[in-house]
Amino acid sequence: MQNVLQEIGVDNYIYLSTILFCIGIFGVLFRRNAIVMFMSIEIMLNAVNLLLVVFSTYHQDAAGQVFVFFSMAVAAAEVAVGLAILVGIYRNIHSIDIDKLKNLKG
Amino acid sequence: MLTTVFYILSALTLATAFLTILTKNPIHSAIYLVICFFTIAGHYLMFNAQFLAVVHIIVYSGAIMILLLFTIMLMNLNKEDEPNKRGLTIIAAVASFCLVCFVLLAAFLKSMPIIEEYYVSGEDYQSIKILGQVLLDEKEGFMVPFEFASVLLLVSMIGAVLLSKKEEKISV
Amino acid sequence: METSLLLTLLLAPFAGFLFNIFFGKKVSRNISGTIGTIAVAVSFIVSLNFFFQINSTKQPILIDLFQWMTLENFNVNFSFLLDQLSVLWLLFVTGIGTLIHIYSISYMHDDENLNKFFAYLNLFIFFMIMLVVGSNLLIMFIGWEGVGLCSYLLIGFWYKNQDYNDAAKKAFIMNRIGDLGFLVGVFILGYLFNSIDFATMKTAIASGQSVDLGWLGFATLCLFIGASGKSAQIPLYTWLPDAMAGPTPVSALIHAATMVTAGIFMITRLNFLFDLTPDVQMIIAVVGAVTSLVAAFIALVQNDIKKVLAYSTVSQLGLMFLALGLGAYEIAVFHVITHAFFKACLFLGSGSVIHALGGEQDMRKMGGLRKYMKVTYITFFIATLAISGIPIFAGFFSKDEILMVAFHENKALWAIASLASIMTAFYMFRLLYLTFFKEFRGTEEQKHHLHESPSLITFPLVVLAILSTVGGFISFPGNSWLNGYLTPIFIGAREEHHLDGTTYMLMGIAVIGALIGIGMAYSNYIKKSQVPSEDSEITGFAKVLYNKFYVDEIYMAVIVKPIYAIASFSKNFIETAISGFVFGLGKVTNIVGNQGKAIQNGSVGFYLFVFVIASASFIAYLFLAQ
Repeated sequence: MQNVLQEIGVDNYIYLSTILFCIGIFGVLFRRNAIVMFMSIEIMLNAVNLLLVVFSTYHQDAAGQVFVFFSMAVAAAEVAVGLAILVGIYRNIHSIDIDKLKNLKG
Repeated sequence: MLTTVFYILSALTLATAFLTILTKNPIHSAIYLVICFFTIAGHYLMFNAQFLAVVHIIVYSGAIMILLLFTIMLMNLNKEDEPNKRGLTIIAAVASFCLVCFVLLAAFLKSMPIIEEYYVSGEDYQSIKILGQVLLDEKEGFMVPFEFASVLLLVSMIGAVLLSKKEEKISV
Repeated sequence: METSLLLTLLLAPFAGFLFNIFFGKKVSRNISGTIGTIAVAVSFIVSLNFFFQINSTKQPILIDLFQWMTLENFNVNFSFLLDQLSVLWLLFVTGIGTLIHIYSISYMHDDENLNKFFAYLNLFIFFMIMLVVGSNLLIMFIGWEGVGLCSYLLIGFWYKNQDYNDAAKKAFIMNRIGDLGFLVGVFILGYLFNSIDFATMKTAIASGQSVDLGWLGFATLCLFIGASGKSAQIPLYTWLPDAMAGPTPVSALIHAATMVTAGIFMITRLNFLFDLTPDVQMIIAVVGAVTSLVAAFIALVQNDIKKVLAYSTVSQLGLMFLALGLGAYEIAVFHVITHAFFKACLFLGSGSVIHALGGEQDMRKMGGLRKYMKVTYITFFIATLAISGIPIFAGFFSKDEILMVAFHENKALWAIASLASIMTAFYMFRLLYLTFFKEFRGTEEQKHHLHESPSLITFPLVVLAILSTVGGFISFPGNSWLNGYLTPIFIGAREEHHLDGTTYMLMGIAVIGALIGIGMAYSNYIKKSQVPSEDSEITGFAKVLYNKFYVDEIYMAVIVKPIYAIASFSKNFIETAISGFVFGLGKVTNIVGNQGKAIQNGSVGFYLFVFVIASASFIAYLFLAQ
């Protein structure tokens, strides 16, 4: 299985992760539900992670994979804090619809 | 054989990602997202990055998804309560989807000629042993960022606890 | 010793000013006036002292107080020069000033702002002394501006009357035009000589240092413009008749005896420069002669007693400038002195009349005052004889010398000046007859009030009348003390006019001319008992004269109206455009702000959308644009 890139080609992986990333963006813009938006962000993170691994294999360098570890750690921290914030918001306004979060209005 | 597996996996990844976004019920979204994460783990396995795949499954499919599901349950959101979206939102979302897609693909395609042909050196670069060395080597490794990552996790854990704690009524 | 004396001379009036302005209201009215008078009298005594010293030693005194400003090779010292000329000026400025102060104590007795009046008078004397004793043009300029300021304050002293305020403003603005000329002249002189010190410049000229005559001519012309503003010459004379709005002592002090002679003083001071530029001298002579004639014409038909005197002042100043232009500086100075005597006497006499009539200035409503006001009548008569050029009286000698010089230099100018002299005799006697002879033409109530003025008013009149009589002897033709006295201020020797046949002939012509003028006045106003008609009945040339050749109207149309037009254009168009632009910027900002506020709508979805678009744009720029 060493030659997976030889057989499939790096460009296919690029297309895959690009489309995956765009799906994440689409989700963030499309949905009003904050938790689903979180999920979209996770999809985007995974798209980037996937591309990192692809290029790590391509360059045969472990640093890319190490970077994925860190990115996972950050993602985990982000989810933990973000969800805690969402819980706080929900406690206050009994909804996590972002259309109802208009306190940023200038 | 590998090509077939790649296409099946990719199709699954994209389909479940779309379904995650398009399903109205958050619980269903979460379940589709789990499948999406598993397929990405499959991609990692295809690259022979077993350790990464395992960690990915543990962190994402395990920890993060459990967190998300718990939150959904906690807020009692397991119903299709999303109101009708405005047409403008849909247009904006589709437009930016297309735009970003176009821009990123164009950027990659433009840089494609720079990428040289793939070659196999045959040397081991992604076994757990090597990864551990790269990660924790004192001189050239990522020792310090690794320690900071642990501090980050600790801090976020404390922050999450504090944030989600019920506010006490403070008597003045 | 000399320094402290000079400071006394200078600061006594200033102290009087400070006292009157700050404490004048607190002390009684008489004390306020007395202190003001004493302040000037002290200066007069010091001036006398200096005069005797200079007259015996013949040495000018230079007192250097401190260095005012230092540029690379250009120094201005705060220093004072006391020489023959400035001491002479000091004498009559402080002397007549003292008399007029005495007069004012009584004349202004009922005015509520008496202390302010004396404060301004003292300040005026202070600046006048500064002007006269300054050793360089800049010190002179301090005084020059200061007397202009005091003139403004005093003309507009009865500031509740808007016409008087306008007259004050007019005087100030007219003077400003001249002041600009003065300043430009000073700058050019500073450039030419690297100094604006009188003594330095004089030494430079006397030692034959070559000077760019073109620039020098321009400088002297500018200085002459300054002088014509201060001394009311064409075209800047119109302020002086209007300046009669001030109280009569002010007219006597400032607009007859002292301030208006500042221009003549300045030109005499700088005679060595004017001598080098004959073209400018010619201009001065012509302007002087024409001014003299025009003002005499206008004076023929004026009915306001002070207006007649004002125009006669302009006319006499014109004669002085004629003398200056012909290079006869000492004669101009002589006429300044005699004129100061008799014109002050005339103004104060008219003030006495106005006082007696309770503020009436129209000669058509006077008449017959001879019976009621003996002293005023006699002194006024003497001064009128003096100004008309009747022998023995002061005006005869000085005016005759001017005519004589004019005859020698330029016959046309002589003819103009002679005509002006004849007219002077006519209108002055017209004034005298209308005011003091025949029957009283005012109201019964005024007639009841007619009285001789108190002795504080008549005393200065008597003194000035005596001076008007004997003042001419300081420069007796052929044997002139004044000419000898003034010689050191000139470069080189002065030619002396000897008494010869021509001289006697000219004297005869002048006297006959004066007598003709008097005779015409006598036949018109005594024999035929004419009284000038009402304003509306005046026709023909007399109407043009009565309206002062419409000069004010011409200035209004030619200068003031276009300026108004420019101003209104600036206001209505340029300002609108500019403010439209500025306000437009504000409005645009406001609109942008209001519209931009709508962007900050608080919708996280919208923020995310913008964020995505912006990120995409960045990526596009970074990776695709190259």
